[in-house]
Amino acid sequence: MQLKEVRDILNAKVLCGEHLLDREVYSACGADLMSDVLAFVKEQSVLLTGLLNPQVVRTAEMMDMLCIVFVRGKVPDRNIIELARDRDIVMMCTDYKMYTACGKLYQAGLVGMECE
Amino acid sequence: MDSLHLHFELDGSDFTAAGEASSEVKRVLRQLGFDSDVIRRCAICMYEGEMNIFLHASGGSADVYIEPSEIILELIDSGPGIPDIDLAMQEGYSTASQEVRELGFGAGMGLPNMKKYSDEMIIDSVVGVGTAIFMSILVK
Repeated sequence: MQLKEVRDILNAKVLCGEHLLDREVYSACGADLMSDVLAFVKEQSVLLTGLLNPQVVRTAEMMDMLCIVFVRGKVPDRNIIELARDRDIVMMCTDYKMYTACGKLYQAGLVGMECE
Repeated sequence: MDSLHLHFELDGSDFTAAGEASSEVKRVLRQLGFDSDVIRRCAICMYEGEMNIFLHASGGSADVYIEPSEIILELIDSGPGIPDIDLAMQEGYSTASQEVRELGFGAGMGLPNMKKYSDEMIIDSVVGVGTAIFMSILVK
């Protein structure tokens, strides 16, 4: 799935990385616990989270994730957006809650990640 | 490639900086042309170790020794120490405060993750003195 489809499905606002929306992603992960993301995530994936701090971007960076989506209408501060922009990570926000946002992407064919 | 040494002082009082050293290590490894799997394993080990220093100790240091066949990470802090290392290695066990959990960490996955992604890991900890963690990632 291309990131522009993620944007459309979630009716999301893109906060940075507009020029990277044609990138392909193959899986997604919904988590507020960054420790879980570090334990299970595979690359070329999307992180959906309700957590707003710079470590969300750092965690995504370490895991080579391509996109962060903030759920429940949360918008990070400018420093967090700039951190993502610097690292070529697309950042979006959606008004959908976590469960709904994950469900919509899953229904559209973006699968989750199983534990190794 | 000659061996390369990176040193970082980690100031535990500035949480917004937590992860900067790991980011730099990842950048250097990528620049040196290491395999993406090696880079990711190093990045995760370094990041988990760095976060532990910010979350559990008031600061510390990280040294990274990069050689063509192996990358060694040494993370040292002067925090409270780990009373029972076997217990701390169990997935899900954590002594993290509520505040740390609200930041998205403290799920008890840090040390097990470091063990999982490194080829060798040694923990040397003394209660009341601090903790030193050594990890080796082999370049296969």
